[in-house]
Amino acid sequence: MVDIASYPIQTAAKRRRRALMAQPKVVLGGAFILILVLLVVGAPWIAPKDPLEQDLMLGTLPPAWIDGAEPGYWLGTDDLGRDVLSRLIFGTRIALLVAFVAATLAALIGTLLGLIAGWYGGWADRVISRLVDIWMAFPPVLLSILLVAVLGAGVHSVIAAIVIIDWTRFCRVVRSETKSQAQMDYVTAAQTIGFSRARILFSEILPNVAPVLIALVSLEMGIAVIVEAILSFVGLSVSSDTPTWGGMIAAGRQMIYQGWWVMVAPLIALFATVLAFNQLGDGLRRALDPVMGR
Amino acid sequence: MSNLPLLSINGLTAVSDRDGGAPILRDVSLKVMRGEVLGLVGESGAGKSTIAKALLGILPRTIRVTGGSVLFEDRDLLTLPSRTLRQIIGNEIALIPQDPQTALNPGRRIEAQLTDGLRMKRGMSVRQAHARAIALLEEVHIRDPLRVLKAYPHELSGGMRQRVLIAAAFSLEPKLVVADEPTTALDVTVQKQILRLIRGMQDKHGTAVIFVTHDLGVVAQICDRVTLLYSGKVVEAGSCADVLERPAHAYTAALLAASPRYDRPDAGLTPVPQAVFDQLRREIGTDARPNA
Repeated sequence: MVDIASYPIQTAAKRRRRALMAQPKVVLGGAFILILVLLVVGAPWIAPKDPLEQDLMLGTLPPAWIDGAEPGYWLGTDDLGRDVLSRLIFGTRIALLVAFVAATLAALIGTLLGLIAGWYGGWADRVISRLVDIWMAFPPVLLSILLVAVLGAGVHSVIAAIVIIDWTRFCRVVRSETKSQAQMDYVTAAQTIGFSRARILFSEILPNVAPVLIALVSLEMGIAVIVEAILSFVGLSVSSDTPTWGGMIAAGRQMIYQGWWVMVAPLIALFATVLAFNQLGDGLRRALDPVMGR
Repeated sequence: MSNLPLLSINGLTAVSDRDGGAPILRDVSLKVMRGEVLGLVGESGAGKSTIAKALLGILPRTIRVTGGSVLFEDRDLLTLPSRTLRQIIGNEIALIPQDPQTALNPGRRIEAQLTDGLRMKRGMSVRQAHARAIALLEEVHIRDPLRVLKAYPHELSGGMRQRVLIAAAFSLEPKLVVADEPTTALDVTVQKQILRLIRGMQDKHGTAVIFVTHDLGVVAQICDRVTLLYSGKVVEAGSCADVLERPAHAYTAALLAASPRYDRPDAGLTPVPQAVFDQLRREIGTDARPNA
């Protein structure tokens, strides 16, 4: 008498994969990042020249499509005769290393504090929220330059500076998301089964915060790429003999009238990478939401 | 033993920490016998959900109990250490929540959620719990339980979700089930099926049920006895037939008159008269809030 029709149910994994693939932002952004990862791994084989090899006889060569180019130097050379394309490819290493490590660490710290603040409330919430407020009152770029100056130049310092500054982004979002999930009846239901509060937080609430979190990590990677470029532009990142996009931009600025390509090439790489991370993050947010993505 | 009530609430009094200590419950007493269905009726804000939450140990921090006791088989739930309380709640007292939209975790499969209690409180293996979950879903008339177990909540209809929640509430064979307005969020047609299902499960398992609702029509369909609350105070209590057919209090009578009647569709809805509110205010105190 009370039987009701059963509904067609696809397997959830298939559905989720399809939802991801239906987002062009995820596909395009993800594909671009994937290519960058391949460049990072295969840099020594893919790069046509040694990025550090100088040849003053071949200085300031224009890119291949302009008169006066030498074969083999696709994007030309800088004033010291180093191959711009090879330096660009090797520069991807530092950019992505900083992006992945810094964004992950900032996400870990910010998420943990955000979960605690949003779930336990009370004085924990007050302390963490005030800390975030104070933190966000500092101008981020100045603070990062200051931090690296104090910690000393190097890729570790760049990562530390990004983590120290940007954990607040994650903390704020995760806190408010946790608070709104905590209002849901399923949390109450879990309490009435007798789960401990910590277990409810990690096995019930955290999975529902995850979609927002994943999207935010992707956005943060874009930000980290920019911050790394800024710090290497002002010479506070890795030592100058390691190619970085920021360092290339700084060097290119000195010779903008003799060889504009030295500065423009890393700028385009930077722009495209940040755009890809942002689009990927935005697409992931739409696709991973369990209710929106139906 | 069987003459003793399963649950007896004596003089339960609670205040809000927010509105300068506004009373939420005023000296509420009620009893639930084994295997009976008690209707807890009142307007929104009358305190019926607060009682349900107190039973389940999930009172919000803003509500403070200032007096009374909640005896569940001689154990006072209000004074038990939280470890013991967690043993009782879930094992012996279970909840059917109000809104099936939010009562299931959107990110976990039905199977995981339905078997939480079985695995944790009964120590069942995944395989045992799986078999039990299938039996439970069949018991609540879900066709094709295997597919439902694999589904995520948003893939099911509201009625299906409520069935899953009922199955979960009865999964540990509790002695008392608290149903917190389980039909308010559902279509009228589904409502009736769910009511019949709860009554059927209750009958079969000999479980006592506290049925929280604001709908006297629902009470008439499912309850043995009824307790009517107004602004945190018990206004009337008695057997379902007595209260609904021979209401002793003017407020009950006025509420009955205000309910839509299918047998007199053109009679119109009569609002509760002001005189009744005045009477309630005299009986309860000047701060009794009319909330209709």
